[in-house]
Amino acid sequence: MSRAKIPRKSTNIDMTAMCDVAFLLLSFFILATKTKPPEAVAVISPSSVSTKVAKEEAILVTLTKEGKVYLMLGDKAHKNAILDDINTTKALGLSSTEMAKLRKTEFIGVPFNQLKSLLNLETPMEPGKMPGIPCIDSTNNELTDWIRSVTNAYKGENMDNLNLLVKGDNAAKYPAFKSIKESFKRNDQYKFKVVTNSEPAPPGSELANNALLEKK
Amino acid sequence: MAEMDTSSGGGHKKGPGVKKPKKQSTRVDLTPMVDLGFLLITFFVFTTTMSQATAMNMNEPKDDPNNQLKVKNSGAMTMLLGKKDQVYYYMGELLDPNKQFKSSNFKDIRQVILDKKKATPIGDLMYIIKSDKEATFKNAIDVLDEMSINAIPPGHYAEVDMSDVEAQLIKITEQANGIK
Repeated sequence: MSRAKIPRKSTNIDMTAMCDVAFLLLSFFILATKTKPPEAVAVISPSSVSTKVAKEEAILVTLTKEGKVYLMLGDKAHKNAILDDINTTKALGLSSTEMAKLRKTEFIGVPFNQLKSLLNLETPMEPGKMPGIPCIDSTNNELTDWIRSVTNAYKGENMDNLNLLVKGDNAAKYPAFKSIKESFKRNDQYKFKVVTNSEPAPPGSELANNALLEKK
Repeated sequence: MAEMDTSSGGGHKKGPGVKKPKKQSTRVDLTPMVDLGFLLITFFVFTTTMSQATAMNMNEPKDDPNNQLKVKNSGAMTMLLGKKDQVYYYMGELLDPNKQFKSSNFKDIRQVILDKKKATPIGDLMYIIKSDKEATFKNAIDVLDEMSINAIPPGHYAEVDMSDVEAQLIKITEQANGIK
């Protein structure tokens, strides 16, 4: 009797097409998206109907839901100028190695008296553990000093280059936001922007109707 | 294009008397699938934009004690933001808290704002926004958003500190409504 033989079928599938599509999608995402700027802490922002776009590199004040305030100092040239200024005005006495380290940090999240010890830590402190810049107490609003150094660094330039951006968590309490506004006001900065998620104008509202009229 | 070769290979012996099974071509042409793939990609490329974080403009007025803004009582509406997303409001001056002080929430306040806007000449219109210690950042941004949704021009709303009387009223109303 002949052995019942399983007919052998070739199981080679030509994967060229799938490979092409995969690389195409990959190229699309590489070219069309930008890397997210480094965040201090994850913050859920409120949404607004605003359509203006937030500038990438700006002076960003982040307000977390616990009321902690972190500060990110924008592009390199201004950052160095601001850090040098704060070192001299507050007499922090940072050595050149400490200044070099400070220039490399992404954001500031500690009061002045802890800055030196933070820079000398072996392992860098996690942003979530940092106490944040004190500003709720109106007698000790350190953010005012930081913003003063910021304005000093931008002196002599077109003031439109100075972009103050506030990014707050939905659950952050109002007094913290008020003290951030105070620190801006004390330095004569009356215009700033708040980062929000975009939402469409509610249908039937004035804003939506105006937008439709403009389109026509 | 790609093809799947599943036809029987020439591997097996022909046994004597065994009928050769009819060879059916099981080649699958994958061209349409790849076309659809490209079509979908092109569709998404042209119809989506990478979402960018939007920024809301804030203009803070200068705290100039010499130049206090005079507001007509007939055109003023004060909104107080309390905890748990509550909004309290009253029109004009707070003379009779029992009658004037009203509570609302963010959904209903839009209609109230609109009604006030329609009933008041634009020169007298002023919305005064006061926030409690327990109000959240989201509340503050939402109320400013309501201003732009209802097309209230800037200069007709302002943020002011809350007075003790009002803070007390909020506490009483919260207790009455059972809000913790």
